[in-house]
Amino acid sequence: MESIILFAPLVGALIAGFGWRLTGIRGAQWITTGLLLLACAFSWIVFLTHGPETQHIQILRWIESGTLSTDWSIRLDRLTSIMLVVVTSVSSLVHLYSFGYMAHDENFRDGEESYKPRFFAYLSFFTFAMLMLVTSDNLVQMFFGWEGVGVASYLLIGFYYRKPSANAAAIKAFVVNRVGDFGFALGIFGLFYLTDSIKLDDVFAAAPALAETQITFLWADWNAANLLAFLLFIGAMGKSAQFFLHTWLPDAMEGPTPVSALIHAATMVTAGVFLVCRMSPLMEFAPEAMGFVTFLGASTAFFAATVGLVQNDIKRVIAYSTCSQLGYMFVAAGVGVYSVAMFHLFTHAFFKAMLFLGAGSVIHGMHHEQDMRNYGGLRKKMPYTFWAMMIGTLAITGVGIPLTGWIGFAGFASKDAVIESAFVGTAGGFAFWALVVAALFTSFYSWRLMFLTFYGKPRGNKHTHEHAHESPGVMLVPLSVLALGAVFAGAIWYSSFFGKTNEVVKFFGGQYTAPAEDLVKEVAERSPKASKLKYVMEDVPGEAAIYMAPNNTVLHEAHYVPTWVKLSPFVVMLIGFGMAFWFYIVNPKLPARLAENQRPLYLFLLNKWYVDEIYDFFFVKPAMALGRFLWKRGDGNVIDGSINGVAMGIIPFFTRLAGRLQSGYIFSYAFAMVIGIAILITWMSITGGAQ
Amino acid sequence: MDNLLSIVTFLPALAALILGLFLRGGTEDADQNAKWLALFATSATFVISLFILFQFDPSDTEMQMVEQSDWLMGLQYKLGVDGISVLFVMLTTFMMPLVIAASWDVNVRVKEYMIAFLLLETLMLGVFMALDLVLFYLFFEAGLIPMFLIIGIWGGKNRIYASFKFFLYTFLGSVLMLVAMVGMFADAGTTDIPTLLKHEFASESFSVLGVQVIGGLQTMLFLAFFASFAVKMPMWPVHTWLPDAHVQAPTAGSVVLAAILLKMGGYGFLRFSLPMFPVGSAVMTDLVLWMSAIAIVYTSLVALVQEDMKKLIAYSSVAHMGYVTMGIFAGNQQGIDGAIFQMISHGFISGALFLCVGVIYDRMHTRQIDAYGGLVNRMPAYAVIFMLFTMANVGLPGTSGFIGEFLTLMGIFQVNTWVAMIATTGVILSAAYALWLYRRVVMGDLIKESLKAITDMTARERWIFAPLVVMTIWLGVYPAPVLDRIGPAVEALVADYQLAVAHGDGATQHANVSY
Repeated sequence: MESIILFAPLVGALIAGFGWRLTGIRGAQWITTGLLLLACAFSWIVFLTHGPETQHIQILRWIESGTLSTDWSIRLDRLTSIMLVVVTSVSSLVHLYSFGYMAHDENFRDGEESYKPRFFAYLSFFTFAMLMLVTSDNLVQMFFGWEGVGVASYLLIGFYYRKPSANAAAIKAFVVNRVGDFGFALGIFGLFYLTDSIKLDDVFAAAPALAETQITFLWADWNAANLLAFLLFIGAMGKSAQFFLHTWLPDAMEGPTPVSALIHAATMVTAGVFLVCRMSPLMEFAPEAMGFVTFLGASTAFFAATVGLVQNDIKRVIAYSTCSQLGYMFVAAGVGVYSVAMFHLFTHAFFKAMLFLGAGSVIHGMHHEQDMRNYGGLRKKMPYTFWAMMIGTLAITGVGIPLTGWIGFAGFASKDAVIESAFVGTAGGFAFWALVVAALFTSFYSWRLMFLTFYGKPRGNKHTHEHAHESPGVMLVPLSVLALGAVFAGAIWYSSFFGKTNEVVKFFGGQYTAPAEDLVKEVAERSPKASKLKYVMEDVPGEAAIYMAPNNTVLHEAHYVPTWVKLSPFVVMLIGFGMAFWFYIVNPKLPARLAENQRPLYLFLLNKWYVDEIYDFFFVKPAMALGRFLWKRGDGNVIDGSINGVAMGIIPFFTRLAGRLQSGYIFSYAFAMVIGIAILITWMSITGGAQ
Repeated sequence: MDNLLSIVTFLPALAALILGLFLRGGTEDADQNAKWLALFATSATFVISLFILFQFDPSDTEMQMVEQSDWLMGLQYKLGVDGISVLFVMLTTFMMPLVIAASWDVNVRVKEYMIAFLLLETLMLGVFMALDLVLFYLFFEAGLIPMFLIIGIWGGKNRIYASFKFFLYTFLGSVLMLVAMVGMFADAGTTDIPTLLKHEFASESFSVLGVQVIGGLQTMLFLAFFASFAVKMPMWPVHTWLPDAHVQAPTAGSVVLAAILLKMGGYGFLRFSLPMFPVGSAVMTDLVLWMSAIAIVYTSLVALVQEDMKKLIAYSSVAHMGYVTMGIFAGNQQGIDGAIFQMISHGFISGALFLCVGVIYDRMHTRQIDAYGGLVNRMPAYAVIFMLFTMANVGLPGTSGFIGEFLTLMGIFQVNTWVAMIATTGVILSAAYALWLYRRVVMGDLIKESLKAITDMTARERWIFAPLVVMTIWLGVYPAPVLDRIGPAVEALVADYQLAVAHGDGATQHANVSY
């Protein structure tokens, strides 16, 4: 069954990509979607019935070289089954949605150009690569999936191949991701160097030893666990668009909207979070690296949220929102509560996919207009889409009943869990405050999006507004399904991901045990409320899908943070809502005035902190200039120049000497060569014989 | 079949002889016959060479299927294959029918063209099978002649310059090798390669004119061979002949050059340098590794700004050969496995990329990147093929390009993390230049008037690519057929090398390879 889940999308991609002339365009669409629905059904069965224990399924030998041994294989544990459900559910819904969204595309000549099978083939191929990533039992196969999703992303961002901006964005996505892969690859090499294996089980077992090992890397000696965790995290930064390597994600919105929902919101970009959680046995032994993960996650959450405040393109707002939410997940992982990171990943997949698909529905209904300044008053025209977006917004801003923990929309349960964990993990430090402020901004820009799009008076092209229409049923069904997830996913799985330590540990297939007495005392001293520490995870890295060291009590303590901490996300959510309401409903002229008054700040945010410009100045331009210099000066003047110089000096001497021998026929040169060789051989055999 | 290797080696030459003696050139029918005969001969060679593959026993690390007989002036004729060489033989026989098929549109001096390629195949196969120094040298050098002619006669506008540059570079390198071979004969008293592989060349340091030569004779011999192989690879900074040669060579010539001729350098390192002069190799390891790392970054940056498609791919080839030399001189199993794999895989991928250029060159008669754009609109099949090989070229997992790159980097990481890190930046740069090339040629709207009537690939062109596509993906997903065959031989090589280096360490003092 696991193999069917894995390979059904690949089969679909191949049929749609290469055999659509046989199956017809409709046929190709139905085959890919049908196979995906099958995979989705199987994934839910696996998720709900398969116990938490780890299972390995071999498929085929792969790279074997000396002690390096790699297989194509499936690792099935709780992390995998969570990801299976997320990936196949969102993917099959996106396939379905694409029937409607891609029905007529102005970028292609309808009837002449068969772009639909290609689109579905890419989507299915992406799903396959993503499944390879999440099911892999070793790091090299994970790398395969990792780069495979990168290619799928490249192909889909550049799907409108006539648009220069789409082509540029596609390359940017691939190359920036490769920067991340560079770190990932070095991490794999390092792990192999030190543990002599790249199988996850072996690496996990070796993790405690790595914490005691020093490795010489570049100019210094490093703690092995920290260094390797850091290198792997660079890979995660690229894939999950964390600060420094985030620049490709907003540009990736050039792709069709279903792609943004699937790849750039729900699945691929969460691969980095998945990687950190997957490698939790290593991460737990790498405190400095984890500190960095927390710091960078918090910074990204804050940075992306600030940029999201002022963007006008509806998809870019959601893209920055995604970037920001990924930062939340990394903070959770960074402070050592991997289950909460996975929780937010899980709920985020639903509500963010829904927001994107909702935005797609708006764009579709508005004839591919994406600028929110040209929207307005669409509530009546697109009631279903409106309600879907509303649910998504309620979920992402974290609406729920405060202090209950779980009664609320999906985002309420998981985001509050992240913030509470961050408070404990950093002792109320930077990460906590960054996330709270980011939550304020999240609420503001999410409501801003809602108000600009669905409320107020229609703005922009009149004609477009007159023809604005609700999307067809095939696009609304996926929205309704995702709405269920966005409403209930948090409440239903709350205890599995963020319940008591023993519940969570059991859910992820581990064993719990009583904590050491010192630890209980220590925790009680730190936070008296949390003194009832009964369970910690058993100290066997790699036994369960995630690993929390026996002294890692963040999950436990997060339930006992002060009340004001628990209330803070809710309060800032209300403030954000109020501000957005004030800015865009009550006093719509205010934003423009504010932008005028605070022009430098506004431009700074609008231009995304000028990161793209900085990179262009420091990396792209110098690389081209250096390339040109090395080519013209290095190859041309220095190397060829000196060789020519030598040749021009020496060779004329010989040519004058040999001038008479020149007949001009090429064969005579060849003949002369053979003669020469024969003479040499003769000489050799004679001197050899003399010995 | 006791003479299997000889049959495979000389079958193409026999066909060339028949062409030369019996075919009266000039008419169209005669040209057609020449093409068919060449295609038949190279295909037959490939089919027969499959028997070599089947007979080959990977677990035996000695030379296999050895043929030996006396030759003129007391020299010996000796052929054989082992795990290091057998796949190069297969690569050659596999590529040649495709090369002939890709030359179907040639109409200038067809007979001579086919003769040149057939002779070239014999000589290349001879290089990979020769088990005698003199024989090896003959094949190695003689191979220059047909290639020189192919560039010089059927090449582009600037072909004379390019062919002489090609010839002089490689020939000057080889002269030093010849001197070293004389020295080896003087020291060991034989030219028999299997015997030389077991011979221990002196490695005591001595001083020449006051300069201390660490590793002594071995280092000297190593350097002499290095001059030849480094040019052949080509390694930075003696790589500049390659872009010119590629640009001027006809498509088929470029394919042979990139797919097979470049591999002779790597093969030479594995056959001679590493096993025969282990101490010398160890002494020079740092130099080679840094040259490789520089090559990867340097040529990738240069590739980024190229305006000519073939030049771009040529520079990319130099970068990929950088991984090969780096892997070889990592001196461990992953590094050398990876290097051999990279060479085989690069044969398919670079060959295919040059064929891709050939496809549109045949239609538009220009290689300028500027002249293209938006080909996907009219050439969807071409776009798919080019995309596949572009991705393979950047080392995408699942294609054969990945395995070699990954293994060599894994190998080098265990030896020198600086070099590993610098070389790994190559994966970023390769993505940049390859995808940018693809974008400028294939993507975008088709607005250039001249391209409006361009046609997609013909059936013949598709059939040429099919085997390359299959090999690239097959070996990427299931590399065992290659790794299983080279594994034991590489293991033996690594073991001998490490032992010899450890043994010679006392003599070389600070030539420390374990870092």
